[in-house]
Amino acid sequence: MSVINTKEVLISPIFNNNPIALQILGICSALAVTTGMQTSLVMTIAVTLVTAFSNLFVSLIRNHIPGSIRIIVQMAIIASLVIVVDQVLRAYAYGTSKQLSVFVGLIITNCIVMGRAEAFAMKNPPLPSFIDGIGNGLGYGVILLVVAFFRELLGAGKLFGVVIFETINNGGWYNPNGLMLLAPSAFFLIGLLIWALRTWKTDQVESEELKMAPHSVAQEAH
Amino acid sequence: MAKNDTIKKTLGVTIGLSLVCSILVSTAAVSLKPRQDENKVLDVQQNILTISGLEPNASDLTRDEIIAKFKEVTPKLVEIQTGKFYTGTDIDPAAYDQRVAAKNPAESRVMPKNQDTAQIKRQANLAKVYEVIENGKVKTLVLPIHGYGLWSTLYGYIALDEDLQTVVGFGFYEHAETPGLGGEVDNPRWKASWIGKQVMDDNGEPSISIIKGSVDPNSAQAAHQVDGLSGATLTSRGVDHLVNFWLGQNGFGPFLANLKKGDA
Repeated sequence: MSVINTKEVLISPIFNNNPIALQILGICSALAVTTGMQTSLVMTIAVTLVTAFSNLFVSLIRNHIPGSIRIIVQMAIIASLVIVVDQVLRAYAYGTSKQLSVFVGLIITNCIVMGRAEAFAMKNPPLPSFIDGIGNGLGYGVILLVVAFFRELLGAGKLFGVVIFETINNGGWYNPNGLMLLAPSAFFLIGLLIWALRTWKTDQVESEELKMAPHSVAQEAH
Repeated sequence: MAKNDTIKKTLGVTIGLSLVCSILVSTAAVSLKPRQDENKVLDVQQNILTISGLEPNASDLTRDEIIAKFKEVTPKLVEIQTGKFYTGTDIDPAAYDQRVAAKNPAESRVMPKNQDTAQIKRQANLAKVYEVIENGKVKTLVLPIHGYGLWSTLYGYIALDEDLQTVVGFGFYEHAETPGLGGEVDNPRWKASWIGKQVMDDNGEPSISIIKGSVDPNSAQAAHQVDGLSGATLTSRGVDHLVNFWLGQNGFGPFLANLKKGDA
């Protein structure tokens, strides 16, 4: 990326270079927090902020970070930001922070944050790095919200906690799909999303690493 | 870039960064602490208002409304083993935290395995109960209960009417059971099915049971039985055990017996 196009940096992670669907980063938290739209949205905002600001700070001091300790420097910056986000959530959005519980703290281990610090912010100036962080946060969020939409709607008959399908347990007609509330369903949904995305944007399909050889035994058997 | 890799520069960057980060983190932690503590207290108060039946929709109340409404509720400490109210003055009932106390060896005891049906491992010596007073009389008594379900310890409250026999409210405020299965302990319809149940049998022993399937309303035992949660046998069993544990001899049994005699 010799010439940095700001708009490109912001938009491309959403579909063309999505951190979850193409880079396959940050899957762990995508499984854990997508049982509801509300938690997914808060998680998206938190991850976007942390990625943007960690990129910004890493980029600001990128010319002074000794190569031998660069990972730990990035880690310290990310960890500090995550703690601040966690504290703010506990003070101003207590209910949501209770639902997200440990997953806010686990943003530290979210591969997207560190991946972007190492891959982008270490080599680029502060402003594009900041925007790259926002772009990747949004790319993460798009997938999270799509997955959460299906999981909450099919698993609990709700969206943002508002009843859409009245479930049988509450006297309605909808028999909720319990699998949707368990982590494995997010794997299926993310898999389907990646399939859909790669059918739409065929340049994302990776070339096969190993080619299937033609069947040779049959010829020798003559 | 090579100039960055000297020992001097590495140490400098490390120390500088650590300083900046620690100042940032500690400022956030210290300045937000009062608000966070208040949130925790409000959360507990809101749960108690809901379960005691004082305010069924307590989650819709604002902070000031919760504080105002909670004035009708009095926290009191109970000595589990003697079943009497705590009369000392060293501990302020409003500030006492039973869950913290249960972890402190000086304020708790290890539950013997054969008595520990709720699998709580340690039990605080003092329990924090809440009384709703109306016209000078205790109208509702809210007891804290907890115990192990399938994956997690469930923390909640059971509220008894003034006869110390009829359930007026029941619910958990913290658990990590499977959403949609054991997590249905949060289902409002299931929680409502507890209301009106009789917790003691004729001999004053706890006798509430969660049965598989639905309760037959014509059964003689119907007042002591609650519908099981479908697909959550182990969570249901855990809840059954923990309710009976806390109402029994090792829980609030002696206290409830004393209260009935007017001698707590």
